[in-house]
Amino acid sequence: MAEAHPVGFQWVMEAKARGATVIHVDPRFSRTSAMADRHVPIRAGSDIAFLGGIINHVLREEKYFRDYVLAYTNASTILSEDFVDTEDLDGVFSGLDREHRTYDFDAWRYQAGDVGAAAGYRDRRGNRAGNGRRRKVREAARGEAHGSGGAASHPAPDTDETLRHPRCVFQVLKRHFSRYTPELVEQICGISPENFRAVCDAVTSNSGRDRTTALVYSVGWTQHSVGVQYIRTGAILQTLLGNMGRPGGGILALRGHASIQGSTDIPTLFDLLPGYLPMPHAGGNEDLDAYVDAESMDNGFWASMPSYLVSLLKAWWGPAATPENDFCYGYLPRLTGSHGTYETVLAQLAGECSGYFLFGENPAVGSANGRMQRMGMAKLDWLVVRDFSLIESATWWKDGPEIETGEMSTEDIGTEVFFLPAAAHTEKSGSFTNTQRMLQWHHGAVGPAGDARSDLWFIYHLGRKIRERLAGETGKGAGTGTGAGAGTGAGTGTGAGTDAGTDADEMNGPVLDLTWDYPLRGPLQEPDAEAVLAEVNGWDGDGKPVASFTQLKADGSTAAGCWIYCGVYAGGVNQAARRKPGSQQNWVANEWGWAWPANRRVLYNRASADPEGKPWSERKALVWWDAGQGKWAGHDIADFVADRPPSYRPPDGATGVAAISGTDAFIMQADGKAWLFAPAGCVDGPLPAHYEPQDSPVQNLLYPKQEHNPVREVLRHPGTRYQPSGDEPGSGVFPYVATTYRLTEHHTAGGMSRWLPYLSELQPGFFCEVSPELAAERGLEHMGWATIVSARSAIEARVMVTRRMPSLTVQGKRLHQIGLPYHWGPNGISAGDSANDLAHLALDPNVHIQEVKALAVDIQPGRRPRGPALLALVRSYHERAGITDETGTEV
Amino acid sequence: MSVTDRPGLTGGADPAERAGWAEHPPRMGFFTDTSVCIGCKACEVACKEWNAVPEDGLTLTGMSFDNTIGLSASTWRHVAFIEQQAPESAPGRDRDAGGDAGGDAGGAEDGLRWLMSSDVCKHCSEAGCLDVCPTGALMRTEFGTVVVQDDVCNGCGYCVPACPFGVIGRREDDGGAHKCTLCYDRLGVGMEPACAKACPTDSIQFGPLDELRERAQARVSDLQEAGRTDARLYLEGPDDGIGGAGAFFLLLDEPEVYGLPPDPVVSTRSLPRMWKHAGLAAAGVGAMVLTAFLGSRTDVR
Repeated sequence: MAEAHPVGFQWVMEAKARGATVIHVDPRFSRTSAMADRHVPIRAGSDIAFLGGIINHVLREEKYFRDYVLAYTNASTILSEDFVDTEDLDGVFSGLDREHRTYDFDAWRYQAGDVGAAAGYRDRRGNRAGNGRRRKVREAARGEAHGSGGAASHPAPDTDETLRHPRCVFQVLKRHFSRYTPELVEQICGISPENFRAVCDAVTSNSGRDRTTALVYSVGWTQHSVGVQYIRTGAILQTLLGNMGRPGGGILALRGHASIQGSTDIPTLFDLLPGYLPMPHAGGNEDLDAYVDAESMDNGFWASMPSYLVSLLKAWWGPAATPENDFCYGYLPRLTGSHGTYETVLAQLAGECSGYFLFGENPAVGSANGRMQRMGMAKLDWLVVRDFSLIESATWWKDGPEIETGEMSTEDIGTEVFFLPAAAHTEKSGSFTNTQRMLQWHHGAVGPAGDARSDLWFIYHLGRKIRERLAGETGKGAGTGTGAGAGTGAGTGTGAGTDAGTDADEMNGPVLDLTWDYPLRGPLQEPDAEAVLAEVNGWDGDGKPVASFTQLKADGSTAAGCWIYCGVYAGGVNQAARRKPGSQQNWVANEWGWAWPANRRVLYNRASADPEGKPWSERKALVWWDAGQGKWAGHDIADFVADRPPSYRPPDGATGVAAISGTDAFIMQADGKAWLFAPAGCVDGPLPAHYEPQDSPVQNLLYPKQEHNPVREVLRHPGTRYQPSGDEPGSGVFPYVATTYRLTEHHTAGGMSRWLPYLSELQPGFFCEVSPELAAERGLEHMGWATIVSARSAIEARVMVTRRMPSLTVQGKRLHQIGLPYHWGPNGISAGDSANDLAHLALDPNVHIQEVKALAVDIQPGRRPRGPALLALVRSYHERAGITDETGTEV
Repeated sequence: MSVTDRPGLTGGADPAERAGWAEHPPRMGFFTDTSVCIGCKACEVACKEWNAVPEDGLTLTGMSFDNTIGLSASTWRHVAFIEQQAPESAPGRDRDAGGDAGGDAGGAEDGLRWLMSSDVCKHCSEAGCLDVCPTGALMRTEFGTVVVQDDVCNGCGYCVPACPFGVIGRREDDGGAHKCTLCYDRLGVGMEPACAKACPTDSIQFGPLDELRERAQARVSDLQEAGRTDARLYLEGPDDGIGGAGAFFLLLDEPEVYGLPPDPVVSTRSLPRMWKHAGLAAAGVGAMVLTAFLGSRTDVR
């Protein structure tokens, strides 16, 4: 955290100054470790084993917060007999369809029946594998989306409050993690029993009624083929310890970008609409009713999904959206599978994608498998890059690595590349949404120089120009062949799936009917960002800004660009711009910025009070039931129905918000409970299990017959060959574990740092970090050169020999790890090879994220070959390791 | 002879007063608490941005994460990184664990410690650079800080070897001497220096020097009480060879470990004694000459 978030890290230092213990778990000893009380070096890719070990400790030593677990989790819920755990199936769960590489969730259900997921994948109308449409829907996974159907009313699953029934979640959990002993943790993770024990003791002694522990993670947990399950393991641990919804507790995701949270709230993800509404799917969500039927829930706040969606459609299409036309629901694009960034690269390589916009994104350096990124872009018709400088993703066609190897030649590349200078964050107004879901408004300080423009300006005026052109086409009628390709609207004729006789009106309606009328300011005609914020907040039937999403209706009278942001512009005031100093507020400081939902700062904070509504302890009081006032009070705004007493129990047949009981602390869940066992939502298991990374030199000790996540997404292409793992022959060709990470001095793919002299001089060159032991083993010299090789490519780096990259003992053998800061590319003041050229395209199946935190590589002293000799080197490794197009792809 | 026997040029009086400021604000300075430095280098960047200091070298040094190397004409804040074996008195890595103390505490890297420290011009009470400057370009400000007046400096370079810390240097492009100004322009409008403003953990603290000294002493006591016997102050008191510094530090090891001189003495410290000796020698020679002269005047009788 000190590396990537030095300013945020001041709060960790403040906590330390107040007596907090800081434990840092990371393969490398970083600047965070230097400040921590304890550093736990871990083998990259083995965190589920580590966290599972702590869970096992908590369950065995009975360190869980029993009252909390009983009241607020599904520990007592009894599972159906269909559920079979990995312990009984050699490492897979019941319901695995090996042919289609999916799980059938029916095999994980509660005994009492289906219950929908609040997050992740869901489609309550049927989960049976083998159905082609279901498989496609599952491939899209829409892992980030909320909502789903389930039981008709508030589910009342069969439970055992004594937690003894062999099929109750608690017992299933206990059994599932029973082999995650300290000895196993030592074998798999390389963590000494003393270190492991110290962490268990620290965490358990600091959790419970009077004390809470927080888990803080970033992409070291998410960028794995089991990334979502990493988070699940952390969530199970924190739930058992009673740390969720409590002050000083929780799980905190650190982001790689100042507004990544905003980028999923108002999403740039293919599978989401604003507010985590799912993007409709072709064949399944045919009309509004079908969508609502499939995607919403009967109880809780997701029951109001129609209100959220219709209000969104009204915000986007205004008066054109009427009840008669399903409020223009038909205008929304439909998914036909997974359109994630890596699938898009495959589509580019296959010639199926004509255009690409890159806004402040440098995939040639920052995305996995740089070679495929660059070669994909070479197959486009056009590419638009908006950035501050000529990043690698804008110049690969003339000076990228594939030009040097001879794989591509500039003359033969047909892509038309447009580079447009972008305004910096100081040159435009707008909001950032941080990991606390808090929106903070930023006021532009100066105007952009020269031709640089903000993203808002670009999108708005591009849309304006497209609409002007399309308006001229209205009424042309059938048969004119104006099939518009993706995004251009100018009749370039690559449109998929349009009939020759498509009416231009029908084609252009979605664009022409958009509300596109923000006020424009100043000589640059910059759209007023606050006007956009006001639209995101929305208006009620009287045209007044809404104060809460509970005001939204499904009858078309309200409009809101993002239901979870309702309230950010309450009273016509930009709440995100509030800056009341902390010294003038309580410690929660609700009047600095604005957080969704409804400005609550700690999510699920109902769980900070017991079932009677009294805080678990005075020391950890956050919200409580005020019987006299008949509402929830506290330091924070209660994340609960404001006037619902703890004693409320929903009547039979209650739906919607009325179905939330006074003890349903986890209000967005169908059963109001935190899920230790997740019967739905994650496509790769109701519980986390340790699997090895896609490319791993280590055999899965826990499940020797199941090396990898059986339903991980494995993209197939010659550019992403996989390696033999574990005990497979040839695995020893790549004996070292490499992990990528950031350094403080640079930012992600370098676009914001490698062109700046003041930052570039702080870390002027690409280096790899290796232990003295590895250096001796491979003959590497400090500050000499090394070549690092994977099945995808080979890169060179200067060598930093340091004890901060410790070697571990894993399953009886010394295991060396290599650290690769991934900031560099050939352009800019500070240039170097790109670490992500080594990465493959096996992805987490829930969210399609790449696995760049645990790779298997070789390292040799000396500089790498250049030109065609580079390809020859990689091929020689393929031969030595026996790599074919099937290697590593098995379930 | 110990340093305390040498009262120095000025006898410990307030530097601004000595320099002739009849009225002046309290002496301002830095207390850099390296125990909370996270090595982010925001100080280096903020300083360069505010003062338009040029980039001065794109060299991967291999000195841990320190590619800045040291203070110079174009580096006025420099973060040092020292990877070392943690001494017994290092932070209690297992204090909450109930496990073995001092044993396999840190795991595989066996007691590794990474010290980080942001170095800066010390703005010495007795500043060698100031003493030797022939043009008066180097001056003592009303805040007690030492500043180079760029339009006066003729680039003679005398100040460079005069600094016991190797802080000041000359730039090739303009030939002049440059160093930290303690953001004199920001102080003038009541703002804190850029580095102090940017430091996220308050490792760099700015304020009236006597307040900083009190705070530092309290901090060291707290650390010592918590078992951090390695914590100590450097250049905080007035009794060292530079009369105490306007920018002093809390270190977690010997100064040499950080590349700092353990016992810096301003080169002009012994000047009064040297002049006295020179004066005595000259008087002696003069006496001899006189004696010889008078003695040889035989024809006067």
